[in-house]
Amino acid sequence: MNLIKPMIKRYRVCLSLLIINMFLLFFLPDIGKTALYITKDNLLEMLSIIPPIFILLGLLDVWVERETMMKYMGEHSGIEGGVIAFIMGSAAAGPLYVAFPIAGVLLKKGVKLTNVFIFVGAWSTTKIPMILFEATNLGWDYMLLRFVCNVIGIIIIAILLEKMIPSEERRAIYVNALNYNK
Amino acid sequence: MSTFIIYILVSCLLCLSFVKDKDKTHRTLKKAWKSFENIMPQFLSILFIIGIMLAVLDPQTIYMLLGKDSGLRGMTIAAVIGSITLIPGFVAFPLAAALLKAGAGYGQITMFITTLMMVGVVTLPVEIQFFGRATAIKRNLLALVFAVIISFVIGGIIS
Repeated sequence: MNLIKPMIKRYRVCLSLLIINMFLLFFLPDIGKTALYITKDNLLEMLSIIPPIFILLGLLDVWVERETMMKYMGEHSGIEGGVIAFIMGSAAAGPLYVAFPIAGVLLKKGVKLTNVFIFVGAWSTTKIPMILFEATNLGWDYMLLRFVCNVIGIIIIAILLEKMIPSEERRAIYVNALNYNK
Repeated sequence: MSTFIIYILVSCLLCLSFVKDKDKTHRTLKKAWKSFENIMPQFLSILFIIGIMLAVLDPQTIYMLLGKDSGLRGMTIAAVIGSITLIPGFVAFPLAAALLKAGAGYGQITMFITTLMMVGVVTLPVEIQFFGRATAIKRNLLALVFAVIISFVIGGIIS
């Protein structure tokens, strides 16, 4: 019983959504059924993508020294750090919400905030398989035009965002990352 | 395909890790499981929300809202749909192509795709966990501003 209670508390949002879906299934069977099918497909897809990504995250956490990471992507890493962050994000697979835990590990290793934001930005829009798919659907002109705008946008957003964060908030972000998942 | 490559890469790395240091590998797997378990409740909730939302907002409905001559209203709707839904790219791009063929504007479509990828209202709880509330909200707002700019730029260039 002591084990089940916190479990229910942690999953309460998820359980309420499941109940809502059950209501849909009962009152609007078409929508309810479609919703469950989509959820099932997405769940299977997610479960197929997630294991290697989280193991990679674990490897990164255990094997890569904080000092190494700081040297290449930390406060004084310069442009190379940004380029590495961009390539890491673009080589990724999986939806954006998987990028946040990885961003957490990068923060824990002392990676500069600007570079973390570049990583998240690249993950969201310039993933290589995704832009190839974009080109086949919407044409190379459109893809290239959007790609160029996106690269500029990702860098500007990262720099602006870093400047918009007051120093105590920045400290809080790094402290939070260090304590997460200890 | 890219998932397959990642599986092979990670398997190799994991084997290498095991050969070099069993204890560290054990810690790696423990950490991997713990981080997975930590965000599982949010992951599952997100998946349910996507499912319900996509069931309500089917492609026909989306087309009705973004179709021909939707103008600024269509732009706004594109931004709202893109920001709150989480449609995977392999669904979004064919949908975008179909909408374009059916007469939707490049501006609206760019707005839809850009907000879809960069702005995430549903995933905000996960983002807050790692960046904190203020920063997560700022990032999403900046992304939204960028989406408006890029939509007008691309809408202006291709028309």
